[in-house]
Amino acid sequence: MADPALTDALRACTGGSVDADVGPRPSDLTLRLGRPDDLPAAAAVLTGPHSMALATVVATDETATPDGDLKVRYVFEPTAPGAPDRFVTLLVSVDAARPEVPSLTTAIPAANWHEREMQDLFGIVPVGHPDPRPLVVHDGWPRGVFPLRKAFDGSQHVPVEPADEFPHLVAEGEGVFEIPVGPIHAGIIEPGHFRFTSVGETVLHLDARLFYTHRGLEKRMEGLSPLDAFYVAERICGVCSVAHGLGYCEALEQIAGVDAPPRALLIRSIALELERLYNHVGDVGNVCAGAAFHYGTATGMRLKERLQQMNERLTGNRFLRGLVIPGGARLDLPDDLLGVLAATLQDTLAGLDNLMGSIEANASVVDRLDDTGVLQHQAALDLAVAGVAARASGVDRDARRDHPHGAFAGPAPPDLRVVTVPDGDVMARVSLRALEARESIRLVGELARRLEPGPLLVALAEPLPGGRIGISAIESARGEAVHWLRTEAGGRVERYHLRSPSYHNWPAVVLAAETAIVPDFPLVNKSFELCYSCTDR
Amino acid sequence: MLKILMNALRIGVVTTRYPAEPSVPPDRFRGAPVLRPGGALPPPSVCPTGALSERFDAGGRHVALDLARCVFCGRCAEDPWAGAIAMGRDFELAARCRDDLRIEVVADDPAVGAAGPAPDPDAEAACASSEIHRVLGRSLHLRHLDAGSCNACDWELAALLNPVYDVRRLGIDFVASPRHADGVVVTGPVTRNLETAVRRTVEAVPDPRVVIAVGACAASGGIVGEGYASAGGVDRVLPVDVYIPGCPPRPEAILFGILLAVGRLDARRLPSEG
Repeated sequence: MADPALTDALRACTGGSVDADVGPRPSDLTLRLGRPDDLPAAAAVLTGPHSMALATVVATDETATPDGDLKVRYVFEPTAPGAPDRFVTLLVSVDAARPEVPSLTTAIPAANWHEREMQDLFGIVPVGHPDPRPLVVHDGWPRGVFPLRKAFDGSQHVPVEPADEFPHLVAEGEGVFEIPVGPIHAGIIEPGHFRFTSVGETVLHLDARLFYTHRGLEKRMEGLSPLDAFYVAERICGVCSVAHGLGYCEALEQIAGVDAPPRALLIRSIALELERLYNHVGDVGNVCAGAAFHYGTATGMRLKERLQQMNERLTGNRFLRGLVIPGGARLDLPDDLLGVLAATLQDTLAGLDNLMGSIEANASVVDRLDDTGVLQHQAALDLAVAGVAARASGVDRDARRDHPHGAFAGPAPPDLRVVTVPDGDVMARVSLRALEARESIRLVGELARRLEPGPLLVALAEPLPGGRIGISAIESARGEAVHWLRTEAGGRVERYHLRSPSYHNWPAVVLAAETAIVPDFPLVNKSFELCYSCTDR
Repeated sequence: MLKILMNALRIGVVTTRYPAEPSVPPDRFRGAPVLRPGGALPPPSVCPTGALSERFDAGGRHVALDLARCVFCGRCAEDPWAGAIAMGRDFELAARCRDDLRIEVVADDPAVGAAGPAPDPDAEAACASSEIHRVLGRSLHLRHLDAGSCNACDWELAALLNPVYDVRRLGIDFVASPRHADGVVVTGPVTRNLETAVRRTVEAVPDPRVVIAVGACAASGGIVGEGYASAGGVDRVLPVDVYIPGCPPRPEAILFGILLAVGRLDARRLPSEG
């Protein structure tokens, strides 16, 4: 959607060299800046007077095209509740011979990892970045080798070389200790390295190093047929399988110019709520493990197991894989299965009420959760934190409402109650999950009641149109995930980029941990419950 | 406290009897694909992970399925190939040898039956069940090692500790340190960024040790495959004793694989018995 006021404001601050285009979607706007140096001023207009937040940053290698350049797209979204569903993209062209862009991180902290990632994977240097350490590549990665450049052969093996000690940011002084944890942890959890500096039990600083599970999945998807690439997108993260599969499908369907049938939209939203539900219920239980409340842990595990067994009955897979597919839904949800589902959800609701009651009635547990690991409202805004972590710090954002998808984008969307709580501590995130789980149970009932007989799939053109961009935002169990997809001339995947909610939320864990003591870190970490795999890809 | 006790009594025992009693997956469960010899089997390109392959010789077109690579998406069993491949419900697929996970049939010729050594699920099951009483009499402690998984296999390992599967009842447990472990269960394809940590963790487990590759990524690279950031499976970095197919394998499938591995541990520890 053209926006002359916004375009004029950008032209005023950049000296006029801004081209405006509608897209990728009809409601979106893409602003091509004449010079990369105009970027900080243009971004300041969007984040300042237009109160937008950074949604994602996508770099592409177009050196083999007539443009012969690298491009970076900084995608922003409105943050005001009730704002229209829209993305505004600032597009800059980067000279491949001198790949530099001014860093936005000092003004927009949420840009931090995005800029370090494009430095590692594309060799685009964010000039003036306050912390330009490598992010994605580890262990003696050769200098000058950028795996997401098109000239790099993704199937080649890059040997692990002995590397210098990673330059962790640590505090120093008398009585200050460093505590290294990971990447291999004591529990059955994903790998990451946490370097605490502490005085006694108080955390002075925490430096987290992630991307151990970087599998090169974005490179892996390039050149695949859109359907083959779907199976990769669905497997970027286990517990976000529905959300990421759906986000990829919606981006793909935009490129194909089709809409999934209404029944499929409802089934997709039911799946998305079921994914949120088993995650939230399990996460409430897991927080109990951090507070050594074993009855709560066992109850959460039992309720989650019941839901995952239900997932397997509905879709043949305990993580709901194989239900959502490009063009619609692969399986129908017949009435007999919906009946079993309704009974399971009623039991889950009773079990969840019981679990929350036992937490709230237990003073020693409440004492551990209250005022622990506080994420301040302003910090959540600065870092563009998403999902439960944002709403538990009073940020009213939910992609189901802000970027409608699934049944929320269909005819007669169901009501959605977005819940926020102001406190920002572990207890806030736990209670918010319980509230959202109850809302998901209600939503599944409402969505199921709206199911009308009809087709499940719509055909996608073969081959798909080339050179088109699809963008989608899905509210996963952890928050908004932004998918960006572009096809190449033959309709195959040219570039796919996922910005998961965890990608923006990890820096918030570090801030929250710095308000806690070392033994509370597992509790703080579990209350955010972030994915490593969809951050690292 | 009293309330908690009353609730626990009201809920009662939720623990499964598996493996003493069989576990029956639901109707929609997608287990091992069944290839019908002589059927119009699909071209390899239909499989997103490259689990299907074909070769031609005098006997005709041979189609092979590598269960270690299979992500059980069911695409090869959809129209127009639904008559030639069906998603079975067998989930007890773990094998000690990678080659045992290859199923090969001759396509397009109804006169020719299955060719090549296909795994015999009954034999594997019998082997595992004969070990069960021995497992109950002794403990197996494993260290989980995430080598770059999507976290689905990890959660299924964690589910083994929930009140429903409760693997501790079988003397199996997951321990915090490799020094305390009899072996490792590895998930993920071994990313470049974890290769050093994987090697060091396994070296820290006292010998003899078992290495169990859980899920398609660990068993073969799975959907991730091999590339600049992925070794393409645990056996590219370490010797693997047991492969457990699945994406992810359901908890009972992992339990089956762990029990299968116990036989190997016995054989190594007490070679005189073998």
